[in-house]
Amino acid sequence: MFYIHCPYCGELREEEEFHPKGQAHIARPADPTACTDEEWGDYLFFRDNPRGIHHELWVHAVGCRKFFNITRHTVSYEILETFKMGEQPSFTTEHPQGGSAESATRQAQDALQAGVHA
Amino acid sequence: MSQPNRLGQGGRIERSRKLTFTFNGKRYQGHAGDTLASALLANGVDIVNRSFKYSRPRGIVAAGAEEPNAVVQLGSTESGQVPNVRATQQALFEGLEARSTNGWPNVQRDMMSLVGKLGGKFMPPGFYYKTFMAPASLWMTYEKYIRKSAGLGRSPMENDPDIYDHLHQHCEVLVIGAGPAGLAAALAAARSGARVILVDEQEEMGGSLLDARERLDGKPATQWVAQTLKALAGMDNVTLLPRTTANGYHDHNFVTLHERRTEHLGETAAPLNGRRQVRSRMHRVRAGRVVLATGTHERPLVYANNDVPGNMVAGAVSTYIRRYGVVPGRRLVLSTSNDHAYRAALDWLESGREVVAIADARSTPDGELVEQARAQGIRIITGSAVIEAKGDTRVSGARVAKVDLDGFRVVGGVETLECDTLASSGGYSPVIHLASHTGARPTWRDDLLAFLPTLVKGVSVAGGAQGVFATAEVLKDGETAGRQAAGEAGFEAPSVSLPKVARRRDGAACALYQVPHEKPTLRAPKQFVDLQNDVTAAGIELATREGFESIEHVKRYTAMGFGTDQGKLGNINGMAIAARCLDKSIPEVGTTVFRPNYTPVTIGAIVGRHCRELFDPERYTAMHQWHVEHGAEFEDVGQWKRPWYFPRKIDGKTETMHDAVARECRAVREGVGILDASTLGKIDIQGPDAREFLGRVYTNKWAKLAPGRVRYGLMCKDDGMVFDDGTTSCLGENHFLMTTTTGGAAGVLEWLELWHQTEWPELQVYFTSVTDHWATMTVTGPEARKLLAELTDIDLDREAFQFMDWREGTVADVPARVFRISFTGELAYEINVQANYAQHVWEALFAHGEKYDLTPYGTETMHVLRAEKGFIIAGQETDGSVTPEDLGMKWCVGYDKPFSWIGQRALTRQDTARTDRKQLVGLKPKDPKVVLEEGAQIVLDPKHAIPMPMVGHVTSSYYSPTLDSGFALAVVKGGQQKMGETVYLPMADGRTHEAEIVSTIFIDPKGERQNV
Repeated sequence: MFYIHCPYCGELREEEEFHPKGQAHIARPADPTACTDEEWGDYLFFRDNPRGIHHELWVHAVGCRKFFNITRHTVSYEILETFKMGEQPSFTTEHPQGGSAESATRQAQDALQAGVHA
Repeated sequence: MSQPNRLGQGGRIERSRKLTFTFNGKRYQGHAGDTLASALLANGVDIVNRSFKYSRPRGIVAAGAEEPNAVVQLGSTESGQVPNVRATQQALFEGLEARSTNGWPNVQRDMMSLVGKLGGKFMPPGFYYKTFMAPASLWMTYEKYIRKSAGLGRSPMENDPDIYDHLHQHCEVLVIGAGPAGLAAALAAARSGARVILVDEQEEMGGSLLDARERLDGKPATQWVAQTLKALAGMDNVTLLPRTTANGYHDHNFVTLHERRTEHLGETAAPLNGRRQVRSRMHRVRAGRVVLATGTHERPLVYANNDVPGNMVAGAVSTYIRRYGVVPGRRLVLSTSNDHAYRAALDWLESGREVVAIADARSTPDGELVEQARAQGIRIITGSAVIEAKGDTRVSGARVAKVDLDGFRVVGGVETLECDTLASSGGYSPVIHLASHTGARPTWRDDLLAFLPTLVKGVSVAGGAQGVFATAEVLKDGETAGRQAAGEAGFEAPSVSLPKVARRRDGAACALYQVPHEKPTLRAPKQFVDLQNDVTAAGIELATREGFESIEHVKRYTAMGFGTDQGKLGNINGMAIAARCLDKSIPEVGTTVFRPNYTPVTIGAIVGRHCRELFDPERYTAMHQWHVEHGAEFEDVGQWKRPWYFPRKIDGKTETMHDAVARECRAVREGVGILDASTLGKIDIQGPDAREFLGRVYTNKWAKLAPGRVRYGLMCKDDGMVFDDGTTSCLGENHFLMTTTTGGAAGVLEWLELWHQTEWPELQVYFTSVTDHWATMTVTGPEARKLLAELTDIDLDREAFQFMDWREGTVADVPARVFRISFTGELAYEINVQANYAQHVWEALFAHGEKYDLTPYGTETMHVLRAEKGFIIAGQETDGSVTPEDLGMKWCVGYDKPFSWIGQRALTRQDTARTDRKQLVGLKPKDPKVVLEEGAQIVLDPKHAIPMPMVGHVTSSYYSPTLDSGFALAVVKGGQQKMGETVYLPMADGRTHEAEIVSTIFIDPKGERQNV
């Protein structure tokens, strides 16, 4: 049974308080009518099943009722991080040791800086 | 009553406290401090069971959790029956009654053993499938007898009289196992101030120190155990849990500990000071760090007839002698691959009994214990092993021969030694079960001849469990592990002074698992690997020859390790044999996975208090007591108890359900009825974007719903399939009240939150569940207006308060919201009041309703009435594969809404746009007396050869008192284009019903009755 840190409550709580809601970051197409049947089918039905780092959507169902994301390793079941809606994971397949979010932020800042200087 | 094998002194038993017990109906005596196994051995009981498959006589082999044979049925009463108790782990208590789980008519003379003797050759692995193949129809007959002859214990037929608890615990350091490593670890961690839990499965803590020959600080090891336990018991931050098995190691350091509190005292928990005691507790521990100090299990050697009673693992012999003062025989032969097992011979000799010889598989053993044995004059036969035990119901001799380990063959002559006990040791396997529960695969160490645990985050291992065997090193290893665990949890642990132990010089062990025999394995007498499941070396060899090369396949084909002991003794030997047969190394063959539970856990402990009325929460409406007092029969709807129907007593006889429902239906159609609809889910929705949000989650339009108006809505998932429905009322421009199905309430709220929080956080809208806040009573029928008018200040004029309007006012002097909506097709008012006032309003309605014969009705009548009107129930007419169009509810779909609402896009997918989808229709049975079965399959041609193409099924079916006929709702392929056609419903009993496809609306198709 998982021990999950709710990023809204700021506490580790038992898995019994949460519901899993599948893969995280599945955005609904902005204009569904513009999707082909295949594109819409992909959005509805197709999900990743990685061996390794997986981003998941969970809800603190009998707690604060907030949805949030978990980065979990599907082999060790280790939860590497939990983060609020709208935030980016720092652990990704490309950054298994973390740091992805910061580097993304840094890149954005660097780009901004570069823009200012240019 | 003598105990022929009880030594005159020694052991940790209380000699002054004698206990009487019975085994297989015979009375024996033992002592407090005995296990059932030690007491049976003390009394010279050789045969404790019959084996699973061959019915061979079996005796006690081990002294702990790994025991495969002494698995007994406990209990003197029916309710006290406990199956599959290991006699080695059951403390003796006065009046204990136990019997063997196998053996007919008894273990001494067993009929099935004839089959076993004759049938040995006919019962290879997979014999079920090979022997009992044909004819297939007889398998059920075979199976009954196979099961009977192969069963283990039986479950009690009466309710468990005992109570069980769950405890939720937290600690920084959980130490599992209280042997030398565990005690040192717990002490070191505890000194840091961290919260420490120390658990041990045995009656007494101390582990191997309880029967050790080593002296700690020059004193018996048990003195250090006592002193350490006293120190730990005196610390507030330490919880000691003896008689507690860590049965499962789950994710994120969640460990379940099964604490047996009364099983050493009696069959059921005796009251203490007049209060019921808890029989056992399941501690659900979330540990910061876990230290596994679980020690080792000794491996027996696999030689011919190694299952005859009198064959034991060497360490168990020492345990029985030193801990229980029981020497389980007179003349011992020891067969070993290592030094440590020499203890058994030395302990035996010191008990004053004869050691015939030690067969050591090594050519030049020279360790300290070997020299001690030599000095005592024990004959040591080097380079040799016991290749076969003699005897039938007890060992009578041992055949010893020189063996070539590398060549796997017997070299030289065979000597037969007379003996009654044969101890063997093939080395020590770390107890890696708990580490294995985490999913981490163990790794083989050639230098240790053992699998060592692989560790996940937050766990460490100490002592024998990681292949550290010498007592001094084990203590140090434990201390280090305890200190580190506390340190990782943020506590600084001072080093602990450990007792001094003389270092013993041990020679290297050799790798020996299966002992070669003069005959090849397939023809030699049986060499058992898994004693509980009767798996032999020949069986494993045969499995590999038949192509089962993966150890997981070998395991499943032979059933090795599938017993209640999970193959604790035999699995490594089995892997070694598979490796030999496949010409691979043990790590190449790999290991199987151990899963929870480590030892069987009684269901009661798993369930705890979550049984009977506490199994699942029960929800009651505010009027529940009234329903009970008025004789309602109840139906479970989710967690709710809803009145199903209200049978009346007429002339002393209680109405049948059929009669009650018919009466309730007529009351609503002709007079007035009332339904407790409080269980409907209610969600209060507020915010400037509430209306926009509704438009996105419902299929229909909400833009123009004015305050005071109500609208029915369908909800789909984004795959276009209906998942809930209900009405939503506009309470104010930015304020709505949504109702959901009773069972869907929680799911719908979570669904709304999901979309709001993850997709449309920019919408300002808030959802609050108010299901329990409001009680709802539906007053419906032609007389509903007249009745309600007597109690309300709301203007009920048909123009002022129209169908699908709602009004605020008072009912029975209580603030109320009244909704003019109808689920019956009749004039109806749904009165919502605060739940605390509900009983008053309900009773006031009845006080005024008497003259109208106001009739309470339940869910069954509600179902009949709504089905007569073709109103769907989400979850009954729908099953996650039904679109609004399939339901014929295009009128409820806003195709031209500006925002692409949830489910819209999917309705034009190729599959959802098919015209031959299953569509909702009405069915009228040709014989009005027939009420079709819900779920019955529908075919178009009943003369079609089987399998007939099935075109749909019945979703709802009732008898309608209004129509005086059965009627049904059903989904039929392309049904909306088949009006008037005949379909057929072939039933399991051979009858075939005929029905006509009709409209889903059976009564008042124009909807005039609800609009009066």
